[in-house]
Amino acid sequence: MSTPFTPVVGGSALPSDAPAPATERNVPHRGGPANPSAEALRAKFGAAVLRVDVVWGETTVIIERTRVQEIVRWLHDDPSQRYEYLSDLTGVEFRDAEQPIEVVWHLRSIAFRRFLRLKVQLQRGQPLEVPSVWPVYKGADWLERECYDMFGIRFAGHPDLRRILMWEQYKEGFPLRKDFPLRGRFSRAEQLRQALAANPEARYSMEELSIADAFEDLPQEMRNRLRSGEKTGE
Amino acid sequence: MGLINRPETDVVSYDPKGGDGWVTTRLDFLVNWGRANSLWPMPFGTACCAIEFMASAASQFDLARFGMERMSFSPRQADVLICAGRVPFKLAPVIRRIWQQMLQPKWCISMGACASTGGMFDNYAVVQGIDTIIPVDVYVPGCPPRPEGLIYGIMMLQEKVKRERAADTSLRNEMDPDPTSQLYIPPSAINELSEPFGNSIHQQRSGL
Repeated sequence: MSTPFTPVVGGSALPSDAPAPATERNVPHRGGPANPSAEALRAKFGAAVLRVDVVWGETTVIIERTRVQEIVRWLHDDPSQRYEYLSDLTGVEFRDAEQPIEVVWHLRSIAFRRFLRLKVQLQRGQPLEVPSVWPVYKGADWLERECYDMFGIRFAGHPDLRRILMWEQYKEGFPLRKDFPLRGRFSRAEQLRQALAANPEARYSMEELSIADAFEDLPQEMRNRLRSGEKTGE
Repeated sequence: MGLINRPETDVVSYDPKGGDGWVTTRLDFLVNWGRANSLWPMPFGTACCAIEFMASAASQFDLARFGMERMSFSPRQADVLICAGRVPFKLAPVIRRIWQQMLQPKWCISMGACASTGGMFDNYAVVQGIDTIIPVDVYVPGCPPRPEGLIYGIMMLQEKVKRERAADTSLRNEMDPDPTSQLYIPPSAINELSEPFGNSIHQQRSGL
């Protein structure tokens, strides 16, 4: 299950005469040189790339909802791209009710010293669902869960899409949506009653904590407890 | 009746010929003196108040002067729960359980604006004052309070402990929450305690 760890050296894929990294000066608000990966995406995926924006020197590629996983996998695997690191994944909802809800992926190529922002726009009225990038980046697991928890955006293919910040029985909705009142939907007493009804213990089995990989390294006593199906905190 | 008069807290009167009442008074004083000067805190630090709390415990302010140098990270061996920081609803059952695990006699200090009232976090996620979950003895205002503020609160709690009477049967009553709702004060009281105030009345986020 576990893959061998290979360290990625910053800038290692750049030619040896490449200039040392430096903070760019006088970056224009809009326009300027785009990340070369945007052109490569256009050439490779054509119509799946809807728009390319360059804002403050950072490239945003707006892509087709259905082809997210394919594009992300290519960006991750292709030796000319090598986006090893998913640094953030989030959702955006704008005050303007006409504007689509966006899902944003921040990808970083350490080897090429590149940063790329992918966006998917979910039109109003459409189901809030995008493909999960968990098969490509395992680190997307909790990021997608947080995005689901806060915005209600479902990630198709995520192995365990549950709430992560709010407790699992939380009934009031998705707190970062614009139609969610700041204080929540229920009265304070009702919120407290529901919160106190949640059991703070025994939420996870040891398997869910992905300790299973290291099972053989665990102390004998702990292994015996796990074999008997014990859950944490009980 | 003279037996349970409130004892003098700052005067030790030892007068064996003085008539009735001196034994009970003396025992109260002794027990309270011992308790007040060995309050072991159960630190429940969730936010920046906990940093100030750690500063209070460190050498500059030195909580050890008050017999509190031993942070009791086990609720079973703690006397005073110091809730330092905001408590989200997700932690509400946790702090409730810690309070229930503490043995009598026990006290609670609510440190800082967030623990006492919810503070600036008048939102969907934060409990509007831990007094809606557990009984609180001393509220320390501040955002966060300086260590002097916390120490003042601790000294107030010591005063409170020194004024207790062994004959007062109302003191050690464990508050049993309502079994169906798990609340120990009525919902209307919770809503009233959680009323928005100040600027937060005007907060609008969802204008849709």
